[in-house]
Amino acid sequence: MTQFLQQMINGLSLGSIYALVALGYTMVYGIIKLINFAHGDIYMLGAYIGFIVTTKLGLGFVPALLISMVGCAIIGMTIERIAYKPLRHATRITALITAIGVSYFLEAGTQRVMGAGVQTFPNVFVNETIMLGNVRISTQQIVIFVVTITLMVALQFLVNKTKIGRAMRAVSVDGDAARLMGVNVNAVISFTFAIGSALAGAAGVLVGVYYNSINPLMGMLPGIKAFIAAVFGGIGIIPGAMLGGFFIGIVETMVAGYGSSLWKDAVVYIILILILIIKPAGLLGKNTKEKV
Amino acid sequence: MSVLKVSGLTKNFGGLSAVSNVNMEIEQGELIGLIGPNGAGKTTLFNLLTGVYDPSEGTIELNVDGKMTSIGGKKPYVISRLGVSRTFQNIRLFKELTVLDNVRIAMHQSVKTGVIASILRLPCYYKEEEEIKKRAMDLLKTVNLDEHAMDLAKNLPYGKQRRLEIARALATDPKILFLDEPAAGMNPQETAELTQLIHDIKDRFHLTIILIEHDMSLVMSICERIYVLDYGRLIARGNPEQIKTNKRVIEAYLGEDA
Amino acid sequence: MKNWFKRTNLLWLALIVSTYVILNVLISTGIINNVYQTVLLTIGINIILAISLNLIIGITGQFSLGHAGFMIIGAYSCGVVLKLVAGGTIGVLLGMLIGMAISAAVALVVAIPTLRLRGDYLAIATLGFGEIIRIVVLNMEVTNGAAGLILPKAVSWHMVYWAMVICTLVIVNFGISAHGRACISVREDEIAAEAMGINTTQYKILAFVIGAMIASVAGALYAGAFYVIKPEMFTYSKSIDILVLVVFGGMGSITGSFISTVLVSLLNTALQQFSSVRMIVYGLALVVIMVFRPSGLLGRKEFSFDALLKKFDKKKGAAS
Repeated sequence: MTQFLQQMINGLSLGSIYALVALGYTMVYGIIKLINFAHGDIYMLGAYIGFIVTTKLGLGFVPALLISMVGCAIIGMTIERIAYKPLRHATRITALITAIGVSYFLEAGTQRVMGAGVQTFPNVFVNETIMLGNVRISTQQIVIFVVTITLMVALQFLVNKTKIGRAMRAVSVDGDAARLMGVNVNAVISFTFAIGSALAGAAGVLVGVYYNSINPLMGMLPGIKAFIAAVFGGIGIIPGAMLGGFFIGIVETMVAGYGSSLWKDAVVYIILILILIIKPAGLLGKNTKEKV
Repeated sequence: MSVLKVSGLTKNFGGLSAVSNVNMEIEQGELIGLIGPNGAGKTTLFNLLTGVYDPSEGTIELNVDGKMTSIGGKKPYVISRLGVSRTFQNIRLFKELTVLDNVRIAMHQSVKTGVIASILRLPCYYKEEEEIKKRAMDLLKTVNLDEHAMDLAKNLPYGKQRRLEIARALATDPKILFLDEPAAGMNPQETAELTQLIHDIKDRFHLTIILIEHDMSLVMSICERIYVLDYGRLIARGNPEQIKTNKRVIEAYLGEDA
Repeated sequence: MKNWFKRTNLLWLALIVSTYVILNVLISTGIINNVYQTVLLTIGINIILAISLNLIIGITGQFSLGHAGFMIIGAYSCGVVLKLVAGGTIGVLLGMLIGMAISAAVALVVAIPTLRLRGDYLAIATLGFGEIIRIVVLNMEVTNGAAGLILPKAVSWHMVYWAMVICTLVIVNFGISAHGRACISVREDEIAAEAMGINTTQYKILAFVIGAMIASVAGALYAGAFYVIKPEMFTYSKSIDILVLVVFGGMGSITGSFISTVLVSLLNTALQQFSSVRMIVYGLALVVIMVFRPSGLLGRKEFSFDALLKKFDKKKGAAS
């Protein structure tokens, strides 16, 4: 039981990070039906920005988090402007391949600038371990929970209670209709990329703090897993991405803890395939059929 | 002898009944009109009869070699192979392919050369390809599109695209043909040609034709019997004269107060 | 039989044989040295991969990102046979056959549930399957896990060349047959294809299985030609690399895949010394191609001697 609770806590920490990245996937997909393959690399860039801010500028965790979020938001918007905007009316496959190109570019570019090797992320605050009975929680994990939950609450508020949030929801239901109703669709799309990328940036800093090491290819696998999390919850649905993120994080930790870490990725892919076969619209989604 | 028999056919989408409790019986060689206001469920009924949707309730029976066989819920390609073909309201040609290929593809169910024989290009492959091409060209001649055989379908003008869809439907060698608004978007001249074409193919290929159409002059002039659908229910059936004077039909089209 | 020897077929035959002879001469005279021979092998194997994926994506319209999964099956089937059963050409051919059989079976298992999905959902599901296949290989005893297999050289470039020719003939002949037309109709409009009596599920599965079997042939050749195989060589990045070749050449165009594979391989070789810049250029090139020429080099067109001959005949006609 102790071990189970311990795995649960570790799983929730990892899941928080997946959930933050998954939110960006789901928001972008909801609004322009693009699997933004480069989203995992934004998360990687977030970690690198955090790394530079803490090591080169000597700033603390909170400024690092904020600067990284702003930096990623700008990068996300720029990528959308340059690479995705010309493809608004292209096929989804064209857009997906473009995203893959952006992903390669970001990975190789970071390798070129920062070196291909692993960098050590500094300890930005004193890490203590708190014992709850026999279960250990580190300060890092508490920080991860607090940051993640704060950001999620803020996002819920933004999407459900503000004008721009309403515009985002309108565009995701029907972009053309939203345009006719006077919504500036391009601005909304830019804003969505900014928010999604900022969340990924935050996740990047958190993962740097959590694992202490970062590298230019660190976004590939978590990116795909976060996407799977988004699909699991129902792509385009914000609470779905959170749910999916936590679920995938917990499953992965449990498989590694009780089974073999060699199989943990396979289990995540099996979950993906099962959900796509059984309920392709995701746990919280509604099935639709093409009109004839 | 009836070729198609529909009893108690119902289709629910969520809480809404798009088609409810429809009964029809259609005889060999008839030319039937299916009319009704927009949203009455005409296309949904076609989709049920051709297998695109599964019925919620009721049965659809097709005369297959003299035996009435249930086809409700069968897949579209199975129903197609039993001799039912169709066109689409919003034209679903293979747009990026040539006119000839559109027709050749629809002849697929008669293909006997297997995959391996095709890959090895055995003599039977060449022979069958010749036959398919010849039959396809004959069909294109029937609808007067043989000159456009090598054009891409998307480059044809609208009226010709509708005719190509009819040719493609005929290529499956059907007994029953469903035409979904074949005259939509056509000018009077094209509509007149279409009327002639429908008569021609009906006789030549011994077809039973059921068509949805909003052009009342077309429907009244060529259909022997007409079914009227409103809010998913059949509200009238009869010959054109009966339909024209039917009170419920007039109400459905003009509203209760008329 | 006489159909086989039409003018356009003879021209293709001449092209195939003369390319082979010229390359042979260049190799025996040493103009193509060992380094360039490796490039030749890579081109041949990549062409097989690209055209087999093109059958699935370009001709049938089913977007698969799991192609590396079938390549790894071929590679390890061949590798294990070379290690444990027989070496040399016999071993490669035996491994190839076993790989094709396993690939076909796995492709069926993958295809039946996933091909109901569309577009990007299908892409991501096949990516998942490809990775699962790789992780299974990684965890097996006989494959020696992450360390991989070290193999004797058993595949010459002659074998790669003729395998490429045969695979191309299979795909092209399939593509232009009635069965290929059925696959194309699935790509164009599934609902209309079904209404015209085409069992779309069956054709999606058929194309997927044929594509997977041919990908495993490429994997087997790879194992016999390049000494080392490791699971990490066959991640979804490999699937994406193959996809890029197909998209760059034009989805649906087999000759396009040939041209793009040759160009990309030469570009890769030229940029070999600058490996970090290479990936930056690669990424940028993808974005630029998608933005400015999303249909790829040839679109859906094929280079054809028929069209060329017609032009030629016309000119001659006009001149006389």
